[in-house]
Amino acid sequence: MSYITKSPWVIHYDGSSCNGCDIEVLACLTPLYDLERFGIVNTGNPKHADVFLITGGINEQSRAVVKNTYDQMPDPKVVVAVGICAATGGVFRECYNIMGGVNEVIPVDVYVPGCAARPESIIDGVVRALGILEEKRAKMAENGGDKK
Amino acid sequence: MITGIPFEILFAIGFVILAPFIGAFIVGIDRKVTARKQGRVGPPVLQPLYDIFKLFEKEKVVVTNEVNFYILSHLIFVVFTGALFFSGGDILLVIFALTLAHVFLILGAYAAVSPYSHVGAGRELLQLMAVEPMLIIAAAGFYMVTESFAVKDIVLSPGLPVMTIPLIFVGIVFVLTIKLRKSPFDLATSHHAHQELVEGLTTEFAGPTLGMVEIAHLYETVFLLGIVWLFFASASMPWIGVLAVIIVYFLEILVDNTTTRVRWQVMLRSAWLVALVAGAVNLGVLALM
Repeated sequence: MSYITKSPWVIHYDGSSCNGCDIEVLACLTPLYDLERFGIVNTGNPKHADVFLITGGINEQSRAVVKNTYDQMPDPKVVVAVGICAATGGVFRECYNIMGGVNEVIPVDVYVPGCAARPESIIDGVVRALGILEEKRAKMAENGGDKK
Repeated sequence: MITGIPFEILFAIGFVILAPFIGAFIVGIDRKVTARKQGRVGPPVLQPLYDIFKLFEKEKVVVTNEVNFYILSHLIFVVFTGALFFSGGDILLVIFALTLAHVFLILGAYAAVSPYSHVGAGRELLQLMAVEPMLIIAAAGFYMVTESFAVKDIVLSPGLPVMTIPLIFVGIVFVLTIKLRKSPFDLATSHHAHQELVEGLTTEFAGPTLGMVEIAHLYETVFLLGIVWLFFASASMPWIGVLAVIIVYFLEILVDNTTTRVRWQVMLRSAWLVALVAGAVNLGVLALM
């Protein structure tokens, strides 16, 4: 019996986006979609988080922040890249300061498509991430609490 | 009747085993009611238990090893506080044990080197300062009514203590908001998403360490509601106290949902003012009678 899928806490970070996907992530927490009914809480603190929701591409300034935030999260953890910019850099990918998608810096588990991603597809992405989270937890438990 | 040593030990053991589950149920109802008030469905009632079980599935990440020692001490002393209270012990010792428990939590937050947890720890100290006078006055009030500091004697004394010390009851309900970490006094850390301090006091606690803080909070919730019950303590009609506890807790949820966080100055001044007015008037009248 695993409890990690019943209580995934989310940290949300906006890399270098137009802010559209951010608004959609926050829309997921409103009464209409109410993510908390799945036990999902937006913590804003990497040390409490299980799911890293990241929107927007990565630029030279946000690279270190994303890496640091990811490293601070205790295992098991999953990364969900929300929106096309987080996947590839999107319309900004040719900009001089953009490195590309989130996978340039940290490993991504789930890509949520869309510009901007719809709240329904973000919720769908998080639910898929929970399956991966459970796999990682089982693997961790097999190795006696060590990752990998 | 609550007499004889075996019964006291039974109550203490009962608290240690049952309090986390009762506390989780109370917090779960709290989250559900809060969600309904905001027009949401809300998480399952057992969500606080899922959260804690999950935290123990996570990797042990800690900034310095002292943190684990302080947080474990915090948990042990919160359990000790509640067990002492429910076994009918000395209410002054109960209050001091609770203070010691919170000092350990503050030391834990200071040991984790981080600006957020340092500011959270500073605010927790201020919350402790704000609450302490009212708790001591309440203990004095109980003594003047029943001529004993022992919780057991207070429960067995005839009549409801709240009839003689109503103002002190109001004061305790006021500081209860601070103790339960509810808005407008959730300065040190908050259960709600995002605040200006990230998560304040608990920012640097992760996984099992945070789990211990959460379990301690469940024990503390049950203990604090036990103090509310004590004002309506009556050996023949315990349900009056239970009814009072339910009403007080729903009032806390209402206040939590309708107010915004205040600055620490406002919290400290208002808590001390309430303690001074409620305590001086109520104890003064009792002394003159």
